[in-house]
Amino acid sequence: MSEALLSIQDFSVVYDVDPPVAAVKNVTLELQRGEILGLAGESGCGKTTLAYGVQRLLKAPAVITGGSVTFHDATGENIDINALDPEQMRRFRWDKVSMVFQGAMNALNPVAPIGAQLEDVFEVHRPGMSARQRRAEAKELLEIVKVGAQRIRSFPHELSGGMRQRVMIAMALALRPQLMVMDEPTTALDVLVQREILRQISQLRHEFGFSVIFITHDLPLLLEISDRIAIMRDGEIVELDTAEQIWNNPTNEYTRTLLSSFPRLTGERGVVVR
Amino acid sequence: MTVLDFTHVTKIYNVRGAGQMKALDDVSFTLRSGQTIGLVGQSGSGKSTIAKILTQLERPTSGEVLLDGAPIPRRGRALRAYRQQLRMVFQDPFASLNPYHSIRYHIERPLRLDGVVPREQIEAEVRRLLERVRLEPRTVIDRRPHELSGGQRQRVAIARALASRPRLLVADEPVSMLDVSIRLGVLNLLADLQREEGLGVLYITHDLATARHFSDEIIVLNQGRIVEHGPADDVILRPQDPYTRELRAASPDPEKHFASQSPAGGLR
Repeated sequence: MSEALLSIQDFSVVYDVDPPVAAVKNVTLELQRGEILGLAGESGCGKTTLAYGVQRLLKAPAVITGGSVTFHDATGENIDINALDPEQMRRFRWDKVSMVFQGAMNALNPVAPIGAQLEDVFEVHRPGMSARQRRAEAKELLEIVKVGAQRIRSFPHELSGGMRQRVMIAMALALRPQLMVMDEPTTALDVLVQREILRQISQLRHEFGFSVIFITHDLPLLLEISDRIAIMRDGEIVELDTAEQIWNNPTNEYTRTLLSSFPRLTGERGVVVR
Repeated sequence: MTVLDFTHVTKIYNVRGAGQMKALDDVSFTLRSGQTIGLVGQSGSGKSTIAKILTQLERPTSGEVLLDGAPIPRRGRALRAYRQQLRMVFQDPFASLNPYHSIRYHIERPLRLDGVVPREQIEAEVRRLLERVRLEPRTVIDRRPHELSGGQRQRVAIARALASRPRLLVADEPVSMLDVSIRLGVLNLLADLQREEGLGVLYITHDLATARHFSDEIIVLNQGRIVEHGPADDVILRPQDPYTRELRAASPDPEKHFASQSPAGGLR
């Protein structure tokens, strides 16, 4: 009944420095349509490299040394991402797979109003659209993420951190992609704003049916938002299971270490020895 | 015994074109040596204004801050002596250390400026401080910040803060930029130092979970006012104020999440 959206087979990435670093080692993973997959692990475990690598967003010295990534498009077509030429790749990105970047609050252009930045997406990817249609779409997007269409002429510095993050989500949503990759999207936000954004991501996911790869090292947060969680260490996925299984019955030793390394809000005292 | 008193402090900022903004509204609390107070609240609640007033980067509009009964000196030598008593650890260990200088330089500087130990003992003191924060002096002393990990850098920042032998430490989100797996290590280090040196610690954070485990008392700040203040477990486990409840509900809590999802599952 579930349907695959992205099949990653034996995927490997090496940073070609001296000595070479194997950042992602033979990862095999199937992402389901409409699923939120959490990707967790410490700094340097390869989680960001994996998520960028499957969209071929890596720059030298990173080299994809093996494996395949197949995108099962809603039209029924299977797209081999490694076989796309640059023009096909340009059209594929953002249309099928979009991203919310780490530190997205600072990813907006400070000298352009947010409306114009949203319209840019359509100008590039939907050349047939009229200026009026683009403006209407940008307004609708701002309404969807609850920033409000009246802010269309606002500059990024006139918005709060949470609002800027919503604009980034609106931008990622613009072409109704089938997959959104979110790299630490709420790390810089305080808990109340973070909670609102997470609620909104869940809600939009239900409304538009896209899948999410959610990267963070905040395991408590991931446990709440993800359907399944992949735990990465040294470039390998050491455990992949439903959030509930990861929480209740982690089988991998490293997963257990990660789980025990954060203080529980309501759990036993004593993790900080005082 | 050192006692820091924050008494009826109000801070008003004049915002151009927008009138007045009350950043702190009649805030009072007492921090004693050997005690940790967690200061929580969302962005803009006034947490950092309290830190700025404590370090005398800002002055209260009304109210007083007293250290052992004496007001904070306003300038000169006396202000420096006061700051020697109260040190800060900042959020970003990448930004708070100078990339051009060695680890030795960072820790030597407060020792020289404050004259805590005689000149000929400075090198030994630097090494002692590094050991104190569980860094191996031999391997880190001649390195520069970029050669260390985030956790190591934050340990250097803590060693630097301890160099002038302060009695109070203000830690503004000291672990929020560190990896989850090393946060506990740094918090435990702070807890050890606090216990051994009898430091009073003001722990500023929006992470309720670490605030609860690391603090004796918690103060919840909302729009510049203290809405709740009490023993850490009481405030987090049995919050009285609606805002505290809201903060608690917004914090990730897998225990509650899975307990409510499947009555059979969960840990309790």
